[in-house]
Amino acid sequence: MTPELGQYALMLALGLALIQATMPIVGARTNDAVLMNMAPPLAVAQFIFVAIAFCALGECYVASDFSVLNVYENSNSAMPLIYRLTSIWGNHEGSMMLWVSILAFFGALVAVFGTNLPLTLKANALAVQAWIAAAFHLFILTTSNPFLRIPDAPFEGRDLNPILQDPGLAFHPPMLYLGYVGFSIAFSFAIAALLEGRIDAAWARWVRPWVLGAWMCLTLGIAGGSYWAYYELGWGGFWFWDPVENASLMPWLAGTALLHSAVVMEKRAALKVWTILLAILTFSLSLIGTFLVRSGVLTSVHAFAVDPTRGIFILAILIVFIGGALALYAWRAPLLKQGGLFAPISREGALVFNNLFLTSACATVFVGTLYPLALEALTGDKISVGPPFFNSTFGPLFIPLMLVMPFGPLLGWKRGDILSAAQRLLAAAMLSAVAIAAAFALEHGGPVLAPFGVGIAIFVMAGAVTDIVERTMILRIPFNAVLSRAIGMPRSVWGTAFAHFGIGAALLGIVSVTAWGSEHIAAIKQGDVIDISHYRLTFDGTFDRPGPNYHDVVGHFTVRRASGEIIGSLEPTRRTFPARNMATTEAALMTRGVSQLYISLGDPDANGAVPVRLFFKPNVLLIWGGAFIMFLGGALSLSDRRLRIGAPHPAKAKAALAPAE
Amino acid sequence: MKAFYAAMLAIMLLAPSASWAVQPDEMLPDPILEARARALSKELRCMVCQNESIDDSEAPLAHDLRVLVRERLKAGDTDQQVLDFLVARYGEFVLLKPPLSWHTVALWGLPPAVLFIGAGVIIADLRRRRLNSIDEEASKLSAAEESRLAELLRDNSAS
Repeated sequence: MTPELGQYALMLALGLALIQATMPIVGARTNDAVLMNMAPPLAVAQFIFVAIAFCALGECYVASDFSVLNVYENSNSAMPLIYRLTSIWGNHEGSMMLWVSILAFFGALVAVFGTNLPLTLKANALAVQAWIAAAFHLFILTTSNPFLRIPDAPFEGRDLNPILQDPGLAFHPPMLYLGYVGFSIAFSFAIAALLEGRIDAAWARWVRPWVLGAWMCLTLGIAGGSYWAYYELGWGGFWFWDPVENASLMPWLAGTALLHSAVVMEKRAALKVWTILLAILTFSLSLIGTFLVRSGVLTSVHAFAVDPTRGIFILAILIVFIGGALALYAWRAPLLKQGGLFAPISREGALVFNNLFLTSACATVFVGTLYPLALEALTGDKISVGPPFFNSTFGPLFIPLMLVMPFGPLLGWKRGDILSAAQRLLAAAMLSAVAIAAAFALEHGGPVLAPFGVGIAIFVMAGAVTDIVERTMILRIPFNAVLSRAIGMPRSVWGTAFAHFGIGAALLGIVSVTAWGSEHIAAIKQGDVIDISHYRLTFDGTFDRPGPNYHDVVGHFTVRRASGEIIGSLEPTRRTFPARNMATTEAALMTRGVSQLYISLGDPDANGAVPVRLFFKPNVLLIWGGAFIMFLGGALSLSDRRLRIGAPHPAKAKAALAPAE
Repeated sequence: MKAFYAAMLAIMLLAPSASWAVQPDEMLPDPILEARARALSKELRCMVCQNESIDDSEAPLAHDLRVLVRERLKAGDTDQQVLDFLVARYGEFVLLKPPLSWHTVALWGLPPAVLFIGAGVIIADLRRRRLNSIDEEASKLSAAEESRLAELLRDNSAS
């Protein structure tokens, strides 16, 4: 009964989405307030029915109803409850259900909280949101129905792919989708603005919180996925330039650019046309990411050709939405008036620089990810584009971005003074020079350029701190005055500083691990000793440990300092899952400050020697810590007064009262 | 203890190998040669995997290729000779960083093209708008003209 209920609810949601997609637009055209006012309750109702469908699927998983094909294929009654829940989205059909649930959730949020939006804008935006929803509801119902039954229900399910049986699955996909799908709001508002042919600075103020929220979730989602891969895959890499990862990085890069161009639009009414285009592109890249991951085109172009129904459907969605949006843009964008002049050296100029380099970086990832597919489809030639390509193209684009970043917040709007900004960054530059010298003196080996990478990272971090120091006038005025300045400062200023500091920290982590991480591979026997960095590990042997739906073989290592003092033990594990006859490597990690010792086990050889891979990863936690600081920066910015209050007419007076920046 | 190891081995044999790349027995005793082998392995694709280098992959093919790379290095090949040997055998597909050629021009050319064309458009736009604004400045009324206009309008409305 439950799965039928879910399917019925999803069909109703499709019906509601179709009404929501048409009526409000007709209303906006004919200036009919009744039709326009249908949009918000429809959006809420659609969300309720999608939520019912999602919960129905969840109930099938919790109850281990193996008469449902999707549950049978991806679950097992022996799995702990948390994994039975997370396996809802650990497969194609379920993850599409999560996708539409989040889409409907965002639509409902706009409907409920967008009370200060102009009626026509809100009606149009919610209608566009419903077009997307309708397309994906239809996609699920026709090609990826998770509620299909099996006539003779099996007694036991086939279990979830062991690699996915991890807390990472509870966190990573929902965060990623919140980010991906969150950008749909910016897309819908952009299309709504184009439909109306009218756009102003207030548009940016309405859209910015949504972009910021989506960006925060995407940042955490990507970082979470990276950490998951780091400890789960057993070889300690944090980024692989895998197409699936690239699919999430592209919307992040475009979204970051959007975040910055929307600031210019909000404050100075400039870059309107470009911001609209970025809003369209960001969500288009999210859709392309969904297509890449969900159509099977990545496995191989041929696998896609063998079972193309899903792929063709998503491709059609892509063409209709991206093509339609861009055509509308080409037609209507010339109508939008450009505003706000600025000198090349100015806050606007710095933000345009940011946009140029982020967009180029995004284009690099885009071409690197799709070029092999396009080339094979067109000419049949097969080439590979992997990490060495991205490292040598993406890196050079990011370095100028990092070097200019500290200057941005220090430049004035309209016309900035580069010399005075440079003067104020002198301390940061000196700190960075000291760091470079120290890196050369302390570290041996590693690439020659690595100390300069450290220097850039320190410059970015110190530059972010400089902005705060300058604004609070710390050390120059009494402490109490500093404190009141710090509290009175707009939260968005803190947000900027945090986010910029975070990217500097992440860069420091990446450079440190890449340049100075050490690795030790050996086949060892009980009692063997391995030295790595300042640590000495003794292998005490292995033992068995049964789990709920798996079996562990655990290796035990005692970790000592070079002086001989014991500081703990590590228990890397080989985990075998009988249901799928698969094994995973559960690496053991020991955190020392922000660095980590990382050890994973292999299969023992005929003589009983166990292969181990041992890594020392200096500053590795800064990579994800930096991302978390960026997330906090986003949260601070989101709590800024002017975004909390929104931007209806009275807000203009209130905004004038807010402290000047 | 022997029985325990046997049991463990049995469990391990039942399970197909999971992710675990470079095996200790593949490694060369000479650390400099081994470092070169590792660096080369990161540039080479495991052709049966999804975008994995042979250094990261646990597939049997990747194992064979790692051994092959090490054999070539031991035989005294330079890094480039090893790569050429593998390309001759498996085609360009084996390289994770495709060389610049007629069919990869767009791949290598697009990032700088976006950057430079974008920069060109921005500069042209700034310039055009600067000129426009100067025209506007020039066509603006002077203070004297403004007051004369106001006077005329006042007269007009008064009458």
